[in-house]
Amino acid sequence: MNNKEYQKYAERKIPKPTYFKNILYAFVVGGAICVFGQIIRNMLFKFGLDENSVTIATSIILVFVGSFLTGIGIYDKIGKIGGAGAAIPITGFANSIVSPAMEYKREGFIFGVAARMFSIAGPVLVYGVGSSVIVGILYLIFTKGR
Amino acid sequence: MAEKRIGLQTVKLSNPPSILGTATVVGPKEGEGPLKDYFDIILEDDMWGQESFEKSEVKIQEEAIKQAIFNANLSSKDIEYLFSGDLLNQIITSSFTARQLNIPYFGLYGACSTMTESLSLGAMIIDGGFADKVVCATSSHFSSAERQFRFPLEYGSQRPFSAQWTVTGAGATVLASSGNGPYITYITTGKVVDFGIKDANNMGGAMAPAAIDTISQHFKDTGYSPDDYDLIITGDLGLVGKRILLDLMKKEGYDLSKVYSDCGIKIFDGVEQDTHAGGSGCGCAAVVFNGYIYKEMLKKNLNKVLLVATGALHSPIITLQGESIPCIAHAVTIDNLID
Repeated sequence: MNNKEYQKYAERKIPKPTYFKNILYAFVVGGAICVFGQIIRNMLFKFGLDENSVTIATSIILVFVGSFLTGIGIYDKIGKIGGAGAAIPITGFANSIVSPAMEYKREGFIFGVAARMFSIAGPVLVYGVGSSVIVGILYLIFTKGR
Repeated sequence: MAEKRIGLQTVKLSNPPSILGTATVVGPKEGEGPLKDYFDIILEDDMWGQESFEKSEVKIQEEAIKQAIFNANLSSKDIEYLFSGDLLNQIITSSFTARQLNIPYFGLYGACSTMTESLSLGAMIIDGGFADKVVCATSSHFSSAERQFRFPLEYGSQRPFSAQWTVTGAGATVLASSGNGPYITYITTGKVVDFGIKDANNMGGAMAPAAIDTISQHFKDTGYSPDDYDLIITGDLGLVGKRILLDLMKKEGYDLSKVYSDCGIKIFDGVEQDTHAGGSGCGCAAVVFNGYIYKEMLKKNLNKVLLVATGALHSPIITLQGESIPCIAHAVTIDNLID
């Protein structure tokens, strides 16, 4: 058996991921987080905030909740069940920043917490910000700034 | 002339060193597993009162070694060499442990194969007449390994089914030139085998060819067959590696199904403890050997065992660069009787 044949053979020996279950759980967990966000949004409207403030305040609250659940060791369990359903909402983004910050506290606040904080979220930030700049430029060209 | 060599990769020890005592320290999860009654110390908290996981691992390895020396009715002054290794960068756990123990020290890196690498070298040093008493040890810690090789603990990621769970634990063996056994009789040293597997979440699949290479070479060199052994046990191939090993060994003409097991499968209850393909890490083979196998050999439930610890010699940086995982397996025969 050569390397290629072995790699194919070994691949077949791995149990198949439970796709249907994973997708269902991701849908339920992701959906639940969005419903929770919608409830916050509606409540904030009731308190009389305007559209702009509500959007910002909802994000702030969700980031806080995601960070808090990471801090008390619950968000990793939600992520294990929900997969992308827990990773893609803004709570998952908070989890990806708070978890390395906690993990590397022993290495100090500069080279530990601060330097490692974006080790998972970094690529999302770099390419997210990068692509928003490109979209902005295209927008400028096609609408001529109007 | 190297008159103790037989075949291509094996040595037959002419004065087989005896195991005088062993000890194991394991974390809470391992202490809830099916082998819990075989371990000397089970921690309630994997930090063990230390301020970092790394320091906790040092304490775990140190206590395992001290306990093994105590169980052998010796003191650390009697020990002439310490052979140990671990998974952390620059094998820092073992070096800190050696600093505490004040025993002449050889630091080893064999990844998860370190238990049989240390037993091999310790036994050869004794048989060669260079020492009378040595300690062979290794350790791993789930949390210190996880932060070096994977993601932060609190990060919510999903593990694939082929992924394995690093064992928190350390095992130590005291070997001596004379004693009442069990004895180390044969050593088959593995070659690095690499079939180009790049997935660090499929260590079992990557390491299986190394184990197959070493085990079949061991049979060729010694003339033994699977029936000569009560147990042939690999270090941490897990469920995926086990399937591959049994299947490919059969194709080579060796049916291992009756005597084969894997430390990574034995140490956890895969379904109850949610460890997916099984345990891994240096500590896996170390605690299963020094706990379960040694104690079963003393009770004579097992009389001849081939321990084949398997190591994936990769580094996180090289994996990111898209390189494959070089793997190794070292086999050691442990016998209750010597001829």
